[in-house]
Amino acid sequence: MNRRSLLLGTGAVALASRFAHAQGAQITGAGATFPNPVYQKWAEAGKAATGITVNYQSVGSGAGINQIRNRTVDFGASDAPLTVAQLTEANLMQFPAVMGSLVPIVNIPGIEDDQLKLTGEIIAEIYLGKITKWNDQRIVEMNAGLTLPNLAIAPAYRADGSGTTFVWVSYLSAVSPEWKEKVGVGTSVRFPAGTGARGNEGVAGTVKNIRGAIGYVENAYAITNRLVTTQLRNKAGNFVKPTQEAFIAAASNADWTAPGMAASLIDQHGATSWPIVSPTFILLPKNPTDGARSLNVMKFFDWAFKNGATLAQQLEYIPLPATVQTAIRTAWHNEVKVNGQPVWTL
Amino acid sequence: MTQAAAISAGTPVPARANSGGNTGDAVFALACRAAGASVLLLLGGIIVSLFIGGLPAFEKFGVEFLWSTEWDPVTEVFGAGVSIYGTVVTAIIAIVLAVPVAFGVAFTLTELAPNWLRRPVGTAVELLAAVPSIIYGMWGFFLIAPIMAEYVQPLAIDTLGEVPGIGFLFQGPPFGTGIFTAALILAIMILPFIAATMRDVFSQVPAVYKESAYGLGCTTWEVMKGVVLPYTRVSVAGGIMLGLGRALGETMAVTFVIGNANRITTTLFGPGNTIASVVALEFGESETGSLKLAALLALGFILFVLSFIVLAISRFLLRSRLKG
Repeated sequence: MNRRSLLLGTGAVALASRFAHAQGAQITGAGATFPNPVYQKWAEAGKAATGITVNYQSVGSGAGINQIRNRTVDFGASDAPLTVAQLTEANLMQFPAVMGSLVPIVNIPGIEDDQLKLTGEIIAEIYLGKITKWNDQRIVEMNAGLTLPNLAIAPAYRADGSGTTFVWVSYLSAVSPEWKEKVGVGTSVRFPAGTGARGNEGVAGTVKNIRGAIGYVENAYAITNRLVTTQLRNKAGNFVKPTQEAFIAAASNADWTAPGMAASLIDQHGATSWPIVSPTFILLPKNPTDGARSLNVMKFFDWAFKNGATLAQQLEYIPLPATVQTAIRTAWHNEVKVNGQPVWTL
Repeated sequence: MTQAAAISAGTPVPARANSGGNTGDAVFALACRAAGASVLLLLGGIIVSLFIGGLPAFEKFGVEFLWSTEWDPVTEVFGAGVSIYGTVVTAIIAIVLAVPVAFGVAFTLTELAPNWLRRPVGTAVELLAAVPSIIYGMWGFFLIAPIMAEYVQPLAIDTLGEVPGIGFLFQGPPFGTGIFTAALILAIMILPFIAATMRDVFSQVPAVYKESAYGLGCTTWEVMKGVVLPYTRVSVAGGIMLGLGRALGETMAVTFVIGNANRITTTLFGPGNTIASVVALEFGESETGSLKLAALLALGFILFVLSFIVLAISRFLLRSRLKG
């Protein structure tokens, strides 16, 4: 009996001390699923360098916003930027962490990767249910040299509310006034046509299953699963293939001075820009209750900005330009304060 | 077993039990009562919190919320019509598909199969009930949906779709997913519940009834039709309701294969959604205090009431069996 309790006791002490040690440099975050792979990778790689354990839960942007509003996590993550009014109300600051891109995927017999040319207007008409056949005159015209079958188009979309859908419909709204008026922008919208599936894997699976299907997924997902992507016409009128260069070109043309750093990278200027690129955001309390934890969040992202670019690119994300990183550090210094003292020192 | 139960219920508790450890008994009794009461509290708490959470949606849209088919998160207009329709229709089709098979299984297990086969088949049916619903969902999405899209649906569209009167049920593009595929997966999922209930109540028919019928020269089927089924029909209906209750609330498997579109289509192959699938899909992107979250909680409340009614009917119909 005695020996047993002694053993138990020492075990508990050992456990407790380990726990305390781990807790010393632990930060928690929750939100967007879209950047989850890169956040996890950064957390893993950064742990050795910074000593900070990042516990990130990809519960969805909406849930992430809820959690940071209630201050149950150290940082929130959202694909759709919050408006200035929302930020002020919840006393949050917002900064971009990384960028990603969306690609259309298709399943048409005889059509291979990056062969088909599409425009945003045509995709909007497809998702509105107005273009219903792949051999529609307007698609055939811009695809001279390709034989398009007389096949019904089956549009597939994300049925779960997601940042991916937000970016996709932002693009459709930007290029199609009719889409903007009839459907609008949101993390989930009322799609007039097609079938919904859960998650990127659901959309990819639906497109693989149904001949004549079109869908949208994050580029990283399309690459790892060898999905058939298409070319898109950008604002400059050129057809571009979904390549890292095209994504970076779009990112370099963005205007980052928007309030809340909510730069829109949708349908950017530039001859080689890919039209559907989007940043994803981190939300941080301006008045953290625990300054040390808030500082650890900043330290982690500071490390990620400095050392995480290659990791991000390996996962098909686009790192932020250096100028934006500097702007973010300045924003940390100016906006996050404990008792009037900035948490981040420049 | 029954004897022991009768003794303990019928005779007063021996004094010996009260002599020592009174405090222990009292604590134990209190703990048990608390555990019992906590179930009721929990159930009541869930339904009240769902209702309160859903109140903004009920207030905003009124009774119309129940049949409005609009669900537009952008303009914040919500209605439960499509999801209630999808929930009820998939559950009913699932019952229609599952009941004949379940009856066949139960009939085989109680009357036809040799004794050595009854246990393995019975266990296999029960194991079907233990398969997690996500497995059914993935199996349905990656295996059944392509088969439906490639073979079953084109065939049905070309043959049944041409039949006047019912043809409209089998038209439209063969997506593979949709109301019918969801109902099919649901049917497989509820089959073990219905089959197990049927088997249990069939085997409770007193042997003397069946033997009398056999003695009169009845065939096995005549015994089933004339003796076993009339004797057990209320319990069988209860078992079916049990399956229906399960089908109404199924979430993960349905979400994978139903097509998830907020539209009511006349064709069985068209996409739809159910209350459970909408809640599961939209919950992660609903902000605290938003009307959308209220609408989702209101949906949860409706599903709760729906399932409660169905299960209450099931318990009512099964009461004779539960007692006996």
